[in-house]
Amino acid sequence: MKFDLRTLRALLAGDRHADKVVPPSGFTAQLTLFASGAMAFLAVFALALSLASGRLAQRWGDELARTATIRIVAPEDQRAQQTAAALAVLQTTPGIAQARALSDAEQQALLAPWFGSNLPLDSLPVPRLIEIVASEQGFDATGLRLRLAAEVPGAVLDDHGRWRAPLVSAAQRLRLVGWFVAGLILAAVAAMVTLAANAALAANAQVVAVLRLVGATDGYIAQAFVRRFTVRALIGSAMGVVLGMGAVWLLPSGGDMPSFLTGIGFQGAGWLVPLMLPIISAVVALLATAFAANRALRMLS
Amino acid sequence: MLRHNRCGEAGTGVIELENVAYSYGGGELLSDISVKLAPGSFHFLTGPSGAGKTTLLKLCYGALLPTAGYVRLFQTDVRSLERDDVAMMRRKIGVVHQDVQFLDHLSVIDNVALPLTVSGRHAEAAGPDLAELLNWVGLTNRADARPPELSGGERQRAALARAVIMSPDVVLADEPTGNIDWEMSQRLLTLLVELNRMGKTVLIATHDLALIRAAKAQVQSRVLRISNRRLQLAGADL
Repeated sequence: MKFDLRTLRALLAGDRHADKVVPPSGFTAQLTLFASGAMAFLAVFALALSLASGRLAQRWGDELARTATIRIVAPEDQRAQQTAAALAVLQTTPGIAQARALSDAEQQALLAPWFGSNLPLDSLPVPRLIEIVASEQGFDATGLRLRLAAEVPGAVLDDHGRWRAPLVSAAQRLRLVGWFVAGLILAAVAAMVTLAANAALAANAQVVAVLRLVGATDGYIAQAFVRRFTVRALIGSAMGVVLGMGAVWLLPSGGDMPSFLTGIGFQGAGWLVPLMLPIISAVVALLATAFAANRALRMLS
Repeated sequence: MLRHNRCGEAGTGVIELENVAYSYGGGELLSDISVKLAPGSFHFLTGPSGAGKTTLLKLCYGALLPTAGYVRLFQTDVRSLERDDVAMMRRKIGVVHQDVQFLDHLSVIDNVALPLTVSGRHAEAAGPDLAELLNWVGLTNRADARPPELSGGERQRAALARAVIMSPDVVLADEPTGNIDWEMSQRLLTLLVELNRMGKTVLIATHDLALIRAAKAQVQSRVLRISNRRLQLAGADL
């Protein structure tokens, strides 16, 4: 079976006469539909996982990259002075949009999960924290560290890079795994369709013999099978995608506090991505059946 | 009267076999076969069971390739043909087998129209011709039946209708009367003779000598006999 525009047009247009020559396969057809649907359902979740991981990696990357913290670790009597000095340095540092020292109440709130809300901050050597929000172009962390070392000896800059990088990397890996799983599912669709097409061709060896006897070309015979399996994969996959998208839509939302698990799903244009699955499944089925049919017809000659 | 290994008429043949041999499973089934079927000729191919009649017929429509020698269909060496080209050639060669194969899920009329379907010419377009053809083979009232519902004779006539619907130049029939009674055999023979009178080349493989004798009374024909892997032209001894 050759793949040219004419063949593709014939496949898309269909031919009710040609479709009739292959006997209906009943149970096999239902199995192919079910398997395509199940694969598409799983693929929707793999895509949802992948897209959610991508969003997470993006968010962590963006949010953490634009914030940093300075700890002022100094004796009690120098803490206020060094905090002011650090803020002065920050005011003249390019790429810093905002910098402010956290109040005692804010620091207490940060420590409350570990030490409770009645922590006497005054009596403990808790370092003063300065929150930095970077501008779009960002700041030079190395340069800032050097300036702080020279002008504010008690200041320690934490740009979150130490723990941001592995988190972002993990989320990106997870996104790749999601795409890989979706690819594997499509490969499984190809394998399943190839097996089903082989079985159908073997079961219809007599039909093939009759068609050849009356002058059918291999392309014609292959097309009759290819069209059938392509349509089954398309319909099964479309049903699986609809169910999968419905299931994803029904997943609980994290509301204003999104976390990883509650964030699995699609957002905005992301909802269009799974809609491509039926088309991709149909193309995969078309190629797999054409391959199987050509191979089987060569062996049947 | 027997003439060895060089059979058929002078001139260009629609099907020509030249020094053809065919081996299968290590043994030679046919050897040094040369025959030329001229347009409009009528041939019988006879010989004992297992002599290679069906094999020779399959060589004649490109279903098998010779292990030696040349088979030319309409002046084209079959070895030079792609599989799709062979399929195109088959549209010009109608074939009727003893064990007729149909698509059992289709009606008789759809089976008869199958060559039209696979060539992209749908049965609707050939409506009157198709009806006339079914009438010619006496199957008008069985048009909507399924093949398993047909008797042996009806199956053979349906197969003949399917074989000639594309108006082929050649009709090859392999033991077409093998499974049917004498009366039905005569009816089928009459149809084949009619086809020959329309200018079609006919080759019938049969071991039914009575059928050959009956045909000789109706049409000028040649009888080819396969004996000891070789083809001979049989004569008055039939």
